[in-house]
Amino acid sequence: MKSNYDMLVIGGGPAGALAAKTAAEAGNSVCIIEKRPAIGTPVRCAEGVGKELLKQFIKPDPRWISAEIERARLIAPNGTTVSLEQDRAGNEVGYVLDRKIFDRELVWQAAEAGADVIVKTRATAPIMENGAVRGAKVLSVGTPAEIRADVVLAADGTEAQFARWAGLDTTVPLREMMSCAQYLLTDIDIDAGSTDFYLGNDIAPEGYLWVFPKGERTANVGIGISGRKSRDGARAKDYLDRFVAKNFPNGKTIEAIAGGVPVCRPLPCTVADGLMVIGDAARVVDPLTGGGIGNAMFTGRLAARVASGCISAGNCSKKALMPYDTEWRASRMGAFLERNYKVKEYFITLDDAKLNTLADSIANISLKEFSVSALIRELIKRNPKMLFELKALKDALA
Amino acid sequence: MSTMLRINRDKCGYCGTCVAVCPEDALELIDAYLSLERECIACGICARACPLGALEVVHEE
Repeated sequence: MKSNYDMLVIGGGPAGALAAKTAAEAGNSVCIIEKRPAIGTPVRCAEGVGKELLKQFIKPDPRWISAEIERARLIAPNGTTVSLEQDRAGNEVGYVLDRKIFDRELVWQAAEAGADVIVKTRATAPIMENGAVRGAKVLSVGTPAEIRADVVLAADGTEAQFARWAGLDTTVPLREMMSCAQYLLTDIDIDAGSTDFYLGNDIAPEGYLWVFPKGERTANVGIGISGRKSRDGARAKDYLDRFVAKNFPNGKTIEAIAGGVPVCRPLPCTVADGLMVIGDAARVVDPLTGGGIGNAMFTGRLAARVASGCISAGNCSKKALMPYDTEWRASRMGAFLERNYKVKEYFITLDDAKLNTLADSIANISLKEFSVSALIRELIKRNPKMLFELKALKDALA
Repeated sequence: MSTMLRINRDKCGYCGTCVAVCPEDALELIDAYLSLERECIACGICARACPLGALEVVHEE
Protein backbone atom coordinates (compact mmCIF):
# COMPACT_ATOMS: atom_id res chain seq x y z
CA MET A 1 0.00 0.00 0.00
CA LYS A 2 1.36 3.41 -0.95
CA SER A 3 1.45 5.83 1.96
CA ASN A 4 1.20 9.12 0.11
CA TYR A 5 -1.27 10.46 -2.45
CA ASP A 6 -2.46 13.77 -3.80
CA MET A 7 -6.01 12.79 -2.85
CA LEU A 8 -7.48 10.20 -0.51
CA VAL A 9 -11.17 9.33 -0.91
CA ILE A 10 -12.99 7.69 2.01
CA GLY A 11 -15.76 5.51 0.58
CA GLY A 12 -16.34 3.81 -2.76
CA GLY A 13 -19.93 4.87 -3.55
CA PRO A 14 -21.00 7.15 -6.43
CA ALA A 15 -19.64 10.33 -4.77
CA GLY A 16 -16.23 8.85 -4.05
CA ALA A 17 -15.96 7.13 -7.43
CA LEU A 18 -16.79 10.27 -9.44
CA ALA A 19 -14.37 12.30 -7.33
CA ALA A 20 -11.57 9.75 -7.79
CA LYS A 21 -12.16 9.44 -11.53
CA THR A 22 -12.23 13.21 -12.02
CA ALA A 23 -9.08 13.80 -9.96
CA ALA A 24 -7.19 10.91 -11.58
CA GLU A 25 -8.08 12.18 -15.05
CA ALA A 26 -6.66 15.55 -14.06
CA GLY A 27 -3.34 13.81 -13.39
CA ASN A 28 -3.48 13.46 -9.61
CA SER A 29 -2.48 10.37 -7.65
CA VAL A 30 -5.67 9.16 -6.00
CA CYS A 31 -6.65 6.39 -3.63
CA ILE A 32 -10.16 5.20 -2.74
CA ILE A 33 -10.54 3.20 0.45
CA GLU A 34 -13.73 1.20 1.03
CA LYS A 35 -14.42 -0.43 4.37
CA ARG A 36 -16.56 -3.16 2.88
CA PRO A 37 -14.95 -6.16 1.24
CA ALA A 38 -16.77 -5.42 -2.03
CA ILE A 39 -17.78 -2.31 -3.98
CA GLY A 40 -21.54 -2.04 -4.49
CA THR A 41 -22.75 -4.31 -1.71
CA PRO A 42 -24.72 -4.34 0.42
CA VAL A 43 -27.10 -2.00 -1.42
CA ARG A 44 -28.60 0.78 0.71
CA CYS A 45 -30.86 2.31 -1.88
CA ALA A 46 -34.22 2.23 -3.69
CA GLU A 47 -32.14 2.66 -6.87
CA GLY A 48 -34.25 5.27 -8.66
CA VAL A 49 -32.53 8.08 -10.56
CA GLY A 50 -33.61 10.74 -13.07
CA LYS A 51 -32.49 10.12 -16.64
CA GLU A 52 -31.28 13.61 -17.41
CA LEU A 53 -29.38 13.84 -14.14
CA LEU A 54 -27.67 10.50 -14.66
CA LYS A 55 -26.64 11.32 -18.23
CA GLN A 56 -24.58 14.25 -16.99
CA PHE A 57 -22.18 11.75 -15.49
CA ILE A 58 -22.30 8.48 -17.38
CA LYS A 59 -23.71 6.98 -20.57
CA PRO A 60 -26.67 4.74 -19.68
CA ASP A 61 -25.80 1.08 -20.09
CA PRO A 62 -28.27 -1.84 -19.98
CA ARG A 63 -25.78 -3.79 -17.85
CA TRP A 64 -26.71 -1.70 -14.80
CA ILE A 65 -30.21 -0.54 -15.65
CA SER A 66 -32.90 -2.78 -14.16
CA ALA A 67 -35.90 -0.87 -15.50
CA GLU A 68 -36.79 2.15 -17.57
CA ILE A 69 -39.51 4.26 -16.02
CA GLU A 70 -42.25 5.98 -18.04
CA ARG A 71 -44.45 7.34 -15.29
CA ALA A 72 -44.63 8.12 -11.62
CA ARG A 73 -47.82 7.59 -9.64
CA LEU A 74 -48.66 9.24 -6.34
CA ILE A 75 -51.22 7.26 -4.36
CA ALA A 76 -53.12 9.23 -1.70
CA PRO A 77 -54.39 7.64 1.54
CA ASN A 78 -57.90 7.26 0.01
CA GLY A 79 -56.46 5.51 -3.04
CA THR A 80 -56.69 8.49 -5.40
CA THR A 81 -53.91 8.08 -7.93
CA VAL A 82 -52.13 10.99 -9.56
CA SER A 83 -50.30 9.73 -12.61
CA LEU A 84 -47.44 11.73 -14.10
CA GLU A 85 -46.76 10.35 -17.56
CA GLN A 86 -43.58 10.65 -19.56
CA ASP A 87 -45.34 11.05 -22.92
CA ARG A 88 -47.59 13.80 -21.61
CA ALA A 89 -44.73 15.49 -19.85
CA GLY A 90 -42.59 15.39 -22.95
CA ASN A 91 -39.41 14.79 -21.02
CA GLU A 92 -37.88 11.62 -19.68
CA VAL A 93 -38.57 10.20 -16.26
CA GLY A 94 -35.96 7.84 -14.93
CA TYR A 95 -34.28 4.53 -14.40
CA VAL A 96 -34.19 2.00 -11.63
CA LEU A 97 -30.57 0.96 -11.40
CA ASP A 98 -28.80 -2.18 -10.35
CA ARG A 99 -26.52 -0.51 -7.82
CA LYS A 100 -24.33 -3.56 -7.33
CA ILE A 101 -23.22 -3.30 -10.97
CA PHE A 102 -23.53 0.47 -11.27
CA ASP A 103 -21.25 1.23 -8.33
CA ARG A 104 -18.67 -1.23 -9.65
CA GLU A 105 -18.76 0.41 -13.06
CA LEU A 106 -18.12 3.84 -11.52
CA VAL A 107 -15.22 2.56 -9.43
CA TRP A 108 -13.91 0.64 -12.44
CA GLN A 109 -13.88 3.90 -14.39
CA ALA A 110 -11.98 5.59 -11.56
CA ALA A 111 -9.47 2.72 -11.54
CA GLU A 112 -9.10 2.91 -15.32
CA ALA A 113 -8.36 6.62 -14.97
CA GLY A 114 -5.50 5.64 -12.65
CA ALA A 115 -6.95 5.67 -9.12
CA ASP A 116 -5.91 3.01 -6.61
CA VAL A 117 -8.77 1.13 -4.95
CA ILE A 118 -8.36 -0.66 -1.63
CA VAL A 119 -11.24 -2.64 -0.12
CA LYS A 120 -11.80 -3.94 3.40
CA THR A 121 -9.92 -0.90 4.62
CA ARG A 122 -11.53 1.59 6.97
CA ALA A 123 -10.48 4.97 8.26
CA THR A 124 -10.15 5.00 12.03
CA ALA A 125 -9.11 8.64 12.47
CA PRO A 126 -7.98 11.63 10.47
CA ILE A 127 -4.27 12.51 10.58
CA MET A 128 -4.42 16.05 11.97
CA GLU A 129 -1.58 18.57 11.89
CA ASN A 130 -2.04 22.15 13.09
CA GLY A 131 -5.80 21.70 12.80
CA ALA A 132 -5.62 20.49 9.21
CA VAL A 133 -6.47 17.06 7.80
CA ARG A 134 -3.35 15.49 6.31
CA GLY A 135 -4.60 11.98 5.60
CA ALA A 136 -6.15 9.11 7.48
CA LYS A 137 -5.17 6.40 9.91
CA VAL A 138 -6.62 3.23 8.50
CA LEU A 139 -7.09 -0.40 9.38
CA SER A 140 -6.52 -2.45 6.24
CA VAL A 141 -7.67 -6.06 6.61
CA GLY A 142 -6.77 -5.70 10.27
CA THR A 143 -3.38 -4.06 9.78
CA PRO A 144 -2.95 -0.45 10.92
CA ALA A 145 -1.44 1.96 8.40
CA GLU A 146 -1.31 5.65 7.60
CA ILE A 147 -2.23 7.17 4.25
CA ARG A 148 -1.20 10.77 3.84
CA ALA A 149 -2.72 13.08 1.24
CA ASP A 150 -2.84 16.76 0.30
CA VAL A 151 -6.61 16.57 0.52
CA VAL A 152 -9.06 14.00 1.89
CA LEU A 153 -12.57 13.63 0.47
CA ALA A 154 -15.08 12.25 2.97
CA ALA A 155 -17.53 10.18 0.93
CA ASP A 156 -18.58 7.86 3.73
CA GLY A 157 -22.31 8.15 3.22
CA THR A 158 -25.07 8.40 5.80
CA GLU A 159 -22.78 7.47 8.69
CA ALA A 160 -20.44 10.37 7.84
CA GLN A 161 -17.99 9.73 10.63
CA PHE A 162 -14.78 10.94 9.03
CA ALA A 163 -15.85 14.58 8.79
CA ARG A 164 -17.19 14.33 12.32
CA TRP A 165 -13.84 13.15 13.62
CA ALA A 166 -12.23 16.10 11.83
CA GLY A 167 -14.49 18.52 13.70
CA LEU A 168 -17.58 19.01 11.47
CA ASP A 169 -20.87 18.08 13.10
CA THR A 170 -22.59 15.60 10.78
CA THR A 171 -25.14 14.34 13.34
CA VAL A 172 -28.62 14.04 11.84
CA PRO A 173 -31.53 15.09 14.11
CA LEU A 174 -33.82 12.11 14.78
CA ARG A 175 -36.80 13.77 13.08
CA GLU A 176 -34.78 14.34 9.90
CA MET A 177 -33.44 10.83 9.63
CA MET A 178 -35.65 8.67 7.46
CA SER A 179 -35.65 5.20 8.90
CA CYS A 180 -35.95 2.85 5.92
CA ALA A 181 -36.50 -0.80 5.11
CA GLN A 182 -36.81 -2.46 1.73
CA TYR A 183 -37.52 -5.86 0.21
CA LEU A 184 -36.59 -6.93 -3.27
CA LEU A 185 -39.81 -8.78 -4.04
CA THR A 186 -40.30 -11.09 -6.98
CA ASP A 187 -43.27 -12.87 -8.53
CA ILE A 188 -45.56 -9.88 -7.91
CA ASP A 189 -48.09 -8.05 -10.09
CA ILE A 190 -46.84 -4.53 -10.77
CA ASP A 191 -46.81 -1.85 -13.45
CA ALA A 192 -43.26 -2.41 -14.65
CA GLY A 193 -43.03 1.09 -16.15
CA SER A 194 -44.14 3.06 -13.10
CA THR A 195 -42.51 4.17 -9.89
CA ASP A 196 -45.28 4.26 -7.30
CA PHE A 197 -45.26 6.46 -4.19
CA TYR A 198 -47.81 5.70 -1.46
CA LEU A 199 -48.55 8.57 0.91
CA GLY A 200 -50.36 8.74 4.23
CA ASN A 201 -49.85 8.79 7.95
CA ASP A 202 -51.00 5.18 8.36
CA ILE A 203 -48.88 4.03 5.40
CA ALA A 204 -45.62 5.90 6.04
CA PRO A 205 -45.68 8.73 8.61
CA GLU A 206 -43.74 11.78 7.35
CA GLY A 207 -42.33 9.69 4.54
CA TYR A 208 -43.57 7.46 1.78
CA LEU A 209 -43.70 3.86 0.70
CA TRP A 210 -42.30 3.03 -2.72
CA VAL A 211 -42.69 0.34 -5.35
CA PHE A 212 -39.86 0.72 -7.86
CA PRO A 213 -39.85 -1.90 -10.63
CA LYS A 214 -36.74 -3.97 -11.26
CA GLY A 215 -38.30 -6.05 -14.02
CA GLU A 216 -41.69 -7.32 -15.20
CA ARG A 217 -42.58 -9.03 -11.91
CA THR A 218 -39.90 -7.78 -9.54
CA ALA A 219 -39.62 -4.55 -7.56
CA ASN A 220 -37.89 -2.74 -4.74
CA VAL A 221 -40.72 -2.36 -2.23
CA GLY A 222 -39.57 -0.13 0.55
CA ILE A 223 -40.47 2.55 3.04
CA GLY A 224 -39.02 5.52 4.82
CA ILE A 225 -40.58 7.00 7.95
CA SER A 226 -39.35 9.85 10.11
CA GLY A 227 -37.13 8.73 12.98
CA ARG A 228 -39.42 10.55 15.40
CA LYS A 229 -42.36 8.37 14.28
CA SER A 230 -40.36 5.18 14.69
CA ARG A 231 -40.94 3.06 17.80
CA ASP A 232 -41.51 -0.53 18.85
CA GLY A 233 -44.29 -2.04 16.76
CA ALA A 234 -44.28 1.01 14.45
CA ARG A 235 -40.89 0.80 12.81
CA ALA A 236 -40.12 1.00 9.11
CA LYS A 237 -40.07 -2.80 8.96
CA ASP A 238 -43.48 -3.09 10.67
CA TYR A 239 -45.15 -0.68 8.23
CA LEU A 240 -43.51 -2.42 5.30
CA ASP A 241 -44.54 -5.89 6.47
CA ARG A 242 -48.15 -4.74 6.81
CA PHE A 243 -48.16 -3.25 3.31
CA VAL A 244 -46.57 -6.33 1.75
CA ALA A 245 -48.93 -8.72 3.55
CA LYS A 246 -51.89 -6.74 2.18
CA ASN A 247 -50.68 -5.95 -1.33
CA PHE A 248 -48.18 -8.65 -2.27
CA PRO A 249 -49.07 -11.62 -0.03
CA ASN A 250 -47.52 -14.12 -2.45
CA GLY A 251 -44.38 -12.14 -3.23
CA LYS A 252 -41.02 -13.76 -2.57
CA THR A 253 -38.39 -11.72 -0.78
CA ILE A 254 -34.98 -12.25 -2.34
CA GLU A 255 -33.25 -9.41 -0.49
CA ALA A 256 -34.08 -7.57 2.74
CA ILE A 257 -32.19 -4.39 3.55
CA ALA A 258 -32.40 -1.39 5.86
CA GLY A 259 -30.95 2.08 5.73
CA GLY A 260 -31.06 5.66 6.85
CA VAL A 261 -31.65 8.62 4.56
CA PRO A 262 -30.78 12.07 5.94
CA VAL A 263 -33.39 14.67 4.89
CA CYS A 264 -31.96 17.57 6.86
CA ARG A 265 -30.40 20.65 5.30
CA PRO A 266 -26.86 20.20 3.96
CA LEU A 267 -23.89 20.65 6.32
CA PRO A 268 -23.39 24.36 7.08
CA CYS A 269 -19.91 24.05 5.59
CA THR A 270 -18.60 21.18 3.46
CA VAL A 271 -14.89 22.04 3.56
CA ALA A 272 -12.20 22.32 6.22
CA ASP A 273 -8.42 22.55 6.04
CA GLY A 274 -7.41 19.54 3.92
CA LEU A 275 -10.95 18.14 3.86
CA MET A 276 -13.97 18.14 1.55
CA VAL A 277 -17.28 16.40 2.27
CA ILE A 278 -19.31 15.00 -0.65
CA GLY A 279 -22.50 13.04 -1.31
CA ASP A 280 -24.75 11.73 1.47
CA ALA A 281 -22.02 12.55 4.02
CA ALA A 282 -22.47 16.23 3.09
CA ARG A 283 -26.24 15.77 3.56
CA VAL A 284 -27.04 16.73 -0.03
CA VAL A 285 -29.81 14.13 -0.42
CA ASP A 286 -32.96 15.61 -1.97
CA PRO A 287 -35.08 16.06 1.19
CA LEU A 288 -38.35 15.61 -0.70
CA THR A 289 -37.63 12.41 -2.66
CA GLY A 290 -34.72 11.02 -0.66
CA GLY A 291 -32.78 10.67 -3.91
CA GLY A 292 -29.03 10.94 -3.44
CA ILE A 293 -27.22 9.33 -6.39
CA GLY A 294 -27.18 12.28 -8.77
CA ASN A 295 -26.25 14.82 -6.10
CA ALA A 296 -23.49 12.51 -4.87
CA MET A 297 -21.96 12.34 -8.34
CA PHE A 298 -22.38 16.09 -8.81
CA THR A 299 -20.66 17.02 -5.56
CA GLY A 300 -17.98 14.35 -6.07
CA ARG A 301 -17.03 15.65 -9.48
CA LEU A 302 -17.17 19.30 -8.47
CA ALA A 303 -15.08 18.71 -5.35
CA ALA A 304 -12.42 16.89 -7.37
CA ARG A 305 -12.25 19.70 -9.93
CA VAL A 306 -11.73 22.31 -7.23
CA ALA A 307 -9.29 20.07 -5.36
CA SER A 308 -7.20 19.50 -8.49
CA GLY A 309 -6.53 23.20 -8.78
CA CYS A 310 -5.68 23.44 -5.09
CA ILE A 311 -3.32 20.46 -5.24
CA SER A 312 -1.49 22.00 -8.22
CA ALA A 313 -1.24 25.31 -6.40
CA GLY A 314 0.05 23.56 -3.27
CA ASN A 315 -2.69 25.01 -1.09
CA CYS A 316 -5.53 22.84 0.24
CA SER A 317 -6.59 25.16 3.06
CA LYS A 318 -10.24 25.64 3.89
CA LYS A 319 -10.15 28.99 2.12
CA ALA A 320 -8.63 27.48 -1.01
CA LEU A 321 -11.19 24.64 -1.07
CA MET A 322 -14.13 26.94 -0.36
CA PRO A 323 -15.10 27.48 -4.03
CA TYR A 324 -16.45 23.90 -3.94
CA ASP A 325 -18.86 24.82 -1.13
CA THR A 326 -19.82 28.12 -2.74
CA GLU A 327 -20.35 26.60 -6.19
CA TRP A 328 -22.62 23.72 -5.22
CA ARG A 329 -24.74 26.04 -3.08
CA ALA A 330 -25.12 28.45 -6.01
CA SER A 331 -25.87 25.63 -8.46
CA ARG A 332 -29.23 24.35 -9.64
CA MET A 333 -28.74 21.44 -7.22
CA GLY A 334 -28.20 23.83 -4.31
CA ALA A 335 -31.36 25.77 -5.17
CA PHE A 336 -33.40 22.55 -5.53
CA LEU A 337 -32.18 21.28 -2.16
CA GLU A 338 -33.35 24.44 -0.41
CA ARG A 339 -36.70 24.51 -2.23
CA ASN A 340 -37.39 20.83 -1.69
CA TYR A 341 -36.47 21.11 1.97
CA LYS A 342 -39.21 23.73 2.40
CA VAL A 343 -41.68 21.67 0.37
CA LYS A 344 -40.89 18.61 2.50
CA GLU A 345 -41.35 20.58 5.71
CA TYR A 346 -44.80 21.60 4.46
CA PHE A 347 -45.92 18.15 3.29
CA ILE A 348 -45.04 16.45 6.58
CA THR A 349 -47.56 18.72 8.34
CA LEU A 350 -50.49 17.41 6.27
CA ASP A 351 -53.02 15.00 7.73
CA ASP A 352 -54.59 12.33 5.53
CA ALA A 353 -57.73 14.41 4.84
CA LYS A 354 -55.66 17.23 3.39
CA LEU A 355 -53.48 14.84 1.40
CA ASN A 356 -56.68 13.38 -0.09
CA THR A 357 -58.06 16.83 -0.94
CA LEU A 358 -54.85 17.81 -2.69
CA ALA A 359 -54.60 14.52 -4.58
CA ASP A 360 -58.26 14.69 -5.64
CA SER A 361 -57.74 18.21 -6.99
CA ILE A 362 -55.06 17.09 -9.44
CA ALA A 363 -56.16 13.49 -10.07
CA ASN A 364 -57.03 14.07 -13.71
CA ILE A 365 -54.55 16.69 -14.76
CA SER A 366 -52.02 16.42 -17.51
CA LEU A 367 -48.89 18.28 -16.64
CA LYS A 368 -46.87 19.78 -19.46
CA GLU A 369 -43.74 19.45 -17.43
CA PHE A 370 -42.60 16.61 -15.21
CA SER A 371 -41.26 18.48 -12.22
CA VAL A 372 -41.83 19.33 -8.58
CA SER A 373 -42.42 22.99 -9.37
CA ALA A 374 -45.02 22.19 -12.06
CA LEU A 375 -46.84 19.93 -9.63
CA ILE A 376 -46.83 22.56 -6.89
CA ARG A 377 -48.02 25.32 -9.22
CA GLU A 378 -50.91 23.08 -10.20
CA LEU A 379 -51.77 22.35 -6.55
CA ILE A 380 -51.84 26.06 -5.75
CA LYS A 381 -53.98 26.84 -8.79
CA ARG A 382 -56.55 24.15 -8.05
CA ASN A 383 -56.96 24.71 -4.33
CA PRO A 384 -57.97 28.36 -3.90
CA LYS A 385 -59.63 27.55 -0.56
CA MET A 386 -56.31 26.37 0.80
CA LEU A 387 -54.49 29.48 -0.35
CA PHE A 388 -53.42 30.45 3.13
CA GLU A 389 -52.23 26.92 3.87
CA LEU A 390 -50.40 26.61 0.62
CA LYS A 391 -48.54 29.87 1.16
CA ALA A 392 -45.57 27.90 2.49
CA LEU A 393 -45.41 26.02 -0.80
CA LYS A 394 -45.73 29.19 -2.82
CA ASP A 395 -42.93 30.76 -0.84
CA ALA A 396 -40.77 27.71 -1.43
CA LEU A 397 -41.04 28.27 -5.19
CA ALA A 398 -40.20 31.97 -4.98
CA MET B 1 -28.93 0.66 38.62
CA SER B 2 -27.18 1.27 35.33
CA THR B 3 -28.43 1.65 31.81
CA MET B 4 -26.74 0.33 28.71
CA LEU B 5 -27.33 -0.23 25.04
CA ARG B 6 -27.95 -3.76 23.87
CA ILE B 7 -27.34 -4.61 20.22
CA ASN B 8 -29.27 -7.58 18.86
CA ARG B 9 -26.87 -8.76 16.16
CA ASP B 10 -29.43 -11.20 14.74
CA LYS B 11 -31.88 -8.38 14.07
CA CYS B 12 -29.34 -5.73 13.02
CA GLY B 13 -29.24 -4.95 9.31
CA TYR B 14 -25.80 -3.27 9.47
CA CYS B 15 -27.21 -0.14 7.84
CA GLY B 16 -25.62 2.61 9.95
CA THR B 17 -28.78 4.65 10.56
CA CYS B 18 -28.00 4.61 14.29
CA VAL B 19 -24.45 5.84 13.69
CA ALA B 20 -25.65 9.03 12.01
CA VAL B 21 -28.09 10.00 14.78
CA CYS B 22 -25.86 9.18 17.76
CA PRO B 23 -25.10 12.47 19.56
CA GLU B 24 -22.00 10.99 21.20
CA ASP B 25 -20.43 9.34 18.14
CA ALA B 26 -20.38 6.17 20.23
CA LEU B 27 -21.52 3.70 17.58
CA GLU B 28 -19.56 2.46 14.63
CA LEU B 29 -20.49 0.17 11.76
CA ILE B 30 -17.42 -1.96 11.16
CA ASP B 31 -17.72 -3.85 7.88
CA ALA B 32 -20.63 -6.13 8.72
CA TYR B 33 -21.19 -5.59 12.42
CA LEU B 34 -22.24 -2.75 14.68
CA SER B 35 -19.95 -1.89 17.54
CA LEU B 36 -20.14 0.35 20.57
CA GLU B 37 -16.72 1.97 20.25
CA ARG B 38 -16.95 4.91 22.58
CA GLU B 39 -18.88 5.87 25.69
CA CYS B 40 -22.65 5.55 25.35
CA ILE B 41 -24.98 7.79 27.38
CA ALA B 42 -27.96 5.43 26.87
CA CYS B 43 -30.09 8.26 25.41
CA GLY B 44 -32.00 5.82 23.22
CA ILE B 45 -32.02 7.97 20.06
CA CYS B 46 -30.40 5.18 18.05
CA ALA B 47 -32.98 2.69 19.30
CA ARG B 48 -35.74 4.98 18.06
CA ALA B 49 -34.20 5.43 14.63
CA CYS B 50 -33.41 1.75 14.00
CA PRO B 51 -35.62 0.49 11.13
CA LEU B 52 -35.47 -3.08 12.45
CA GLY B 53 -35.67 -2.80 16.24
CA ALA B 54 -32.20 -4.17 16.82
CA LEU B 55 -31.23 -1.71 19.55
CA GLU B 56 -32.55 -1.49 23.07
CA VAL B 57 -31.63 0.54 26.12
CA VAL B 58 -31.75 -1.89 29.02
CA HIS B 59 -31.75 -1.16 32.74
CA GLU B 60 -29.73 -3.41 34.97
CA GLU B 61 -29.81 -3.67 38.75
